[in-house]
Amino acid sequence: MSLVFKLARRNLFHDRLRFIATIIGVVFSIVLVTVQMGLFLSFDRTVTTMIDHADADLWIVPRGTKCFEDPSLLDERERFRALSVEGVREATPVAIGFAQWRMRTGNTTPVFIVASDVRRNGLHPWNLVAGNLDDLSIPGAVAIDRSYFNRLGSKGLGDTAEIRDQKAEVTAVTSGIRSFTTTPYVFTTLDRGRDYVGMMPSKATYFLVHLTPGANVEVVRRRLNAALTDAEVLTPEEFAGRSRSFWLFGTGAGAALFAGALLGLIVGTVIVAQTLYSSTKDHINEFATLRAIGSSSRYIYKVILFQAVLSAVIGFAIAAGIGWVIVKATADTALPVVMTPMLLVSLFSLTVAMCVLSAITAIVQVMRIDPAMVFTR
Amino acid sequence: MSAPILEAIDVAKFLGQGAGRVQALKGVGLTLVGGELALLMGPSGSGKTTLLSILGCMLTPTSGTVLIGGQSTAGATAEDLAKLRREHVGFVFQSYHLFPTLSAVDNVRLALDVRGEDAATSRAKAKEAMAVVGLGHKLRSYPRELSGGEQQRVAIARALVANPSAVLADEPTAALDTDNGQTVMSVLAEIAKSSSRGVLVVAHDPRIIPFAHRIIHIEDGRIVGTEPGGAAKSNAKSNGKNKL
Repeated sequence: MSLVFKLARRNLFHDRLRFIATIIGVVFSIVLVTVQMGLFLSFDRTVTTMIDHADADLWIVPRGTKCFEDPSLLDERERFRALSVEGVREATPVAIGFAQWRMRTGNTTPVFIVASDVRRNGLHPWNLVAGNLDDLSIPGAVAIDRSYFNRLGSKGLGDTAEIRDQKAEVTAVTSGIRSFTTTPYVFTTLDRGRDYVGMMPSKATYFLVHLTPGANVEVVRRRLNAALTDAEVLTPEEFAGRSRSFWLFGTGAGAALFAGALLGLIVGTVIVAQTLYSSTKDHINEFATLRAIGSSSRYIYKVILFQAVLSAVIGFAIAAGIGWVIVKATADTALPVVMTPMLLVSLFSLTVAMCVLSAITAIVQVMRIDPAMVFTR
Repeated sequence: MSAPILEAIDVAKFLGQGAGRVQALKGVGLTLVGGELALLMGPSGSGKTTLLSILGCMLTPTSGTVLIGGQSTAGATAEDLAKLRREHVGFVFQSYHLFPTLSAVDNVRLALDVRGEDAATSRAKAKEAMAVVGLGHKLRSYPRELSGGEQQRVAIARALVANPSAVLADEPTAALDTDNGQTVMSVLAEIAKSSSRGVLVVAHDPRIIPFAHRIIHIEDGRIVGTEPGGAAKSNAKSNGKNKL
């Protein structure tokens, strides 16, 4: 093995305090970036979770709808118009809206109602861990997610509450259906959902379009757009993209997460640059000696860069461990920090890039070395 | 003695800029040949270190020519000069400049590593060089575990290991006691016996005169005289005795 690696390793570990400072810098930075990006990914997924789990070939949405949670309404007449379009087999109404959940203790908490007819292909709760879909047909039946039991003052099946002065009984329980707004989703039937949010029976928020077999999505969409007056027709991908764009970038939430990640990177880069610079300064005689005995600039850069990469690898390993703990700890919370293999690879590349970038100041310093200084020191 | 290894022809060097600009060397001519240990002596500020830096391809002269192995340093870039040092020059410094985090053998290996030699070959050569300077039993020792004399011998092994044609030593005995100084000079004198290698030592210490073939005196940036050293005289005596 070339002495480059040994020299870099020994330079790095020689001053333990500085080494620890370097690693803390990398770990702090990468944990911060991991959390921010993990939240971003989680946010990105939960923002579109309803659209992703809805059974629809096309969505009919009120014109100008920005996201799934947009409270604008459609009239049933639009549904009948849609049903008259060639290629449309079904247009299932979905009603959504905020409501107050009153617990038996009298406490209230906001909930987000998602209502659709359980007998049709629509937007139904998934990941059921207790009860089943048919149980929602029982009068007053609702489905909630177990991660919100505490928020809703519920222990699960059979618990009751009131929504808009009407009884709500938990007959089904889901797992992992969380809202990025942290407002619990409450699934119910269409009519009951309309009652809960105070929506007229002739209104709906969306119509989920199912095509007849063999129908072309684009062709049917053009026909629908021509037939409907106050609605837009979107593919699920378009609607998900629009929701994502609104929540992540329209509200500034995504920018805040990115800003946090960027701040972490800047802090990490500054700390690593500072420690590498100071390490290089301390070993300047050695670098000058290397130069004097004929080493090329590249050889010296390799020593410094390897120090940087080694810092990155050690720092990343610790940061990844901490990140894993955070991912596990937040797994059942309303907004879990998500980690994917792709994110892990990206974070590692980012760590190496950050440390290599940090090495530039040290390299610039070494570039100025006069080998003749070895005669005077 | 044989062909010139290092040649300085009418070398001048200005250092500094503006009002602080001084002429450190004023038309210096010097040749180092193979099989020779030459001693460059002069008072502080006479230009010894500047001349050594120029001969060792660390500095380029303001005017004049430096030939190393017949190759001129004129117009050489910093990387070209580093290459010339790699290929032709070994250095021994007053304060050793060993790497404290590397073992003695790795310090010696470093001179081969910068030349891109593979680990196995460089390790074998480094061990051999350590044996030449009498430190074959201290391969794994770190500089802090060695005496000043031993550290300087490790530095000599590092200068020697790549088989350079010129070994340039800057005050190699200045930080050593008499015994260690003698040992170090003996090693340098020994390596100067090769006809393909010349050793130039810069020193104040008169105790090393007996080891030199030639003493070159420098003052105020000029070579002011050359005289035979102790080694030349003893060679002459032994040659005379042989004739008798």
